[in-house]
Amino acid sequence: MSYYLALLSRQDKPIYELKFGSSRQGGDGQPHFDKAMDDLTPFVVHAALDVVDDVQWTTPAMYLKTVDNFYSYMISAFVTAGNIRFMLVHETKNEESIRQFFLDVYDLYVKTLMSPFYRVTDKIQSPAFDTKVRALARKYL
Amino acid sequence: MSKVRSVGEEVWKHKTDKINSELLTLTYGSIVAQLVADFDHDYAKVNKQLDKMGYNIGLRLIEELLAKTGLPRCQNFRDTAEAVAKVGFKMFMNITPTISNWSVDSKQFSLVFTENPLAEFVELPDKPNARDLWYSNIYAGVIRGALEMVQLQVEAEFVSDAVQDPSLPTEIRVRLVKVLEDEIPPGED
Repeated sequence: MSYYLALLSRQDKPIYELKFGSSRQGGDGQPHFDKAMDDLTPFVVHAALDVVDDVQWTTPAMYLKTVDNFYSYMISAFVTAGNIRFMLVHETKNEESIRQFFLDVYDLYVKTLMSPFYRVTDKIQSPAFDTKVRALARKYL
Repeated sequence: MSKVRSVGEEVWKHKTDKINSELLTLTYGSIVAQLVADFDHDYAKVNKQLDKMGYNIGLRLIEELLAKTGLPRCQNFRDTAEAVAKVGFKMFMNITPTISNWSVDSKQFSLVFTENPLAEFVELPDKPNARDLWYSNIYAGVIRGALEMVQLQVEAEFVSDAVQDPSLPTEIRVRLVKVLEDEIPPGED
């Protein structure tokens, strides 16, 4: 099973992207999107942003659960207080794990944000952030 | 010298106003980030500026330290090291760096920090020469300024910093240059 995670800035620009596979049920941790889907993931995520714009005002929660579908794929979203959108493309319904995953990524994101040399619209280039997100992916998904 | 430690803890507990450490971290962080922007990533200049700022802070902090603690005169440089680590850093930063690596002549020592409130959350900018930046160089200036006011001319500089390389400790080397004599101001006989 494959996942695609994107963090999008307020201007809808991706500040961090990661494709990974499930490490549960004997998964090897590598993404296995088929060729067509592999290229489409960023577009699928952007299409789902419109739904996020509507849904985010209907609930006080940051985790919006599954907001959109694309053929067999689902798109889950998490909106931070600073309106940074975390988007995850996934194949199976797994709300609780994804919620935990988002919350921990949020923690990491806040830490990155606290670094004096990081500006809000910058791409996240920190290798430490990358390593930790991958570790979370292994832990929860 | 365990007395020195208890003096430090006493003054931290009862006589020091505290602020939220994240406020300090973020304030210092924005100062450094602004300096880096102003000097256009010339890290040597940033280090120098931080040292200068620290020096001016140190000149004043020593007065407060002595006023609040009533610490007696240090008999030798080893006493001074204890006072800097266990009273100075304790009362202003609530950390106690370890003193180590004494030189044979007892004129040089290292302060090793296991925690550093200034550098929490910090990730250095993604530039090839970012390793030239001593992020917490203000400490070095503070030590230099404070000791100069008690007639000790020292040089203080960073040797390694955990912000640059997490496998290394944060270490400041302090070198005693000379004990300043009371000098008559120029122009007075």
